[in-house]
Amino acid sequence: MSSKSKPLFSSSLGKKLIMSLTGLFLCTFLVVHLIGNLQLFKNDEGYAFNNYAHFMTHFTPIKVVSYLLYASIILHAVYALILTLKNKAARPIGYHQSAGNANSKWNSRNMGILGTIILVFLATHMQNFWYQYKFGTTPYIEYHTDLETGNRQTISSDDLPANYDGYKSFVKNGVETVKTKDLYKQVAFTFQNPFIVLLYVVAMGALAFHLIHGFQSAFQTLGFDHRRYIGLVKTIGIWVFGVIIPIAFAIMPLYFFFKG
Amino acid sequence: MSVGTYTFRYSTLHTQFIIDMSKHMNLTLKVWRQKNQNSEGKFVTIQANNIADDMSFLEMLDVVNEDLTRKGEDPIYFDHDCREGICGMCSLVINGRPHGPNERTTTCQLHMRSFHDGQTIVIEPWRAAAFPVLKDLAVDRSAFDRIQQAGGYINVNTGGVPDANAIPIPKRIADEAFESATCIGCGACVAACKNASAMLFVSAKVSQFALLPQGQTERYERAQAMVDQMDKEGFGNCTNTGACEAECPVGIKLTNIARLNREYFTAKIFRQEDVHA
Repeated sequence: MSSKSKPLFSSSLGKKLIMSLTGLFLCTFLVVHLIGNLQLFKNDEGYAFNNYAHFMTHFTPIKVVSYLLYASIILHAVYALILTLKNKAARPIGYHQSAGNANSKWNSRNMGILGTIILVFLATHMQNFWYQYKFGTTPYIEYHTDLETGNRQTISSDDLPANYDGYKSFVKNGVETVKTKDLYKQVAFTFQNPFIVLLYVVAMGALAFHLIHGFQSAFQTLGFDHRRYIGLVKTIGIWVFGVIIPIAFAIMPLYFFFKG
Repeated sequence: MSVGTYTFRYSTLHTQFIIDMSKHMNLTLKVWRQKNQNSEGKFVTIQANNIADDMSFLEMLDVVNEDLTRKGEDPIYFDHDCREGICGMCSLVINGRPHGPNERTTTCQLHMRSFHDGQTIVIEPWRAAAFPVLKDLAVDRSAFDRIQQAGGYINVNTGGVPDANAIPIPKRIADEAFESATCIGCGACVAACKNASAMLFVSAKVSQFALLPQGQTERYERAQAMVDQMDKEGFGNCTNTGACEAECPVGIKLTNIARLNREYFTAKIFRQEDVHA
């Protein structure tokens, strides 16, 4: 046996380690993103959601994590491409007849296609909300909440002067004033477009099948297959990441579309 | 002489009449024919007539080859050796399935009763850049030999058979090692994998030593050396589809792949002192 082995990340297993770790990190992000976005269902004219959106885009530790997240998405996609090209090269002449579903699941063989749908969705999603929020023409809104009674009045950007001069939050005479970008309105507006709603729902379907295979596959790549806990990993992969999370996300565009 | 589905034959060898209870069938074979490693291959349609259902798949090919030889044509070239399902020499992707449609079966142990009269059977070689076609259905699997040579051995003298109570590991671990050691190195895992990955093979070969005391000396060096060689041979990357496990004729489990990943990452990240002294 030679004593000098190839560096970790130049080996096939090292590259898959990157796929596994970035994939699992993206999974944890999904949980946080979903819990935050559930505030869209609150009937408060976006008060909770808009404050949350401001917090998520301005709190430094979260900003650091968000850059890690963008890096993970890029790494996951780039390494998927590198590995896929190697895999194609490993079988230059394909089979005349393939086994199909006889020996493996459809989604496990088509992670690249599912991943590409998710990537297209991500680009659209970032344009729809992230870009609009940061650089676009997101409307803004002012909330006046009486802290004693809890009564809230809102003034939307249609009524406000046209220059948005930044986030404001202060309490004066028992009334809390919050002025912030109205991402909630942006969400409600965007999901009036049936094509965007359709893309979002289809992408969540792709995400479901991607994660039903991907979540447990990531643990297998890490070498985790403890006979007592692997069942739990597979259950979480299928039910939490393959069913609950994608359906909950898919309900959001549908909710706003049918709410009108 | 045939009466219904039964055939009456007179055997000169035993000087007796044999009642052949097997059913006979006519098949259309679509076989990959390729002159040599450098030429381009193509599918050739060959009729296989009067095939008994108790023949093995390879015996069926023998009959076809006798026929081809009589006609002065080149017989179909395929790998085989023990014909008992233990040597790992036979191969063939039959209707898209390595070693045919049955579970835990090598091609030599696959019988024609698994097919029906009039069926078209597509026969292809293992497809992988690391397994170049030599001729027709035979491929060069020496890449597996080189992976084995890179680390699939031990340097310690294991002595004779130890007393049962003198084995320093629990029986279930010894059994697990034995199960990994049953890999016959046929390459069906590579053939089945959509990425032509050799992970199931390599993981079985690493596992059989990693689990045993005798394998500890080179344990972490082995995992790295064999993975390096596997990459060098041009096999694809595992995407955990499980096709290898489903097609493996001896039932090597996917847990071996998880173990190989563990061995490799442990070697790389935590056991550098064991590996590079």
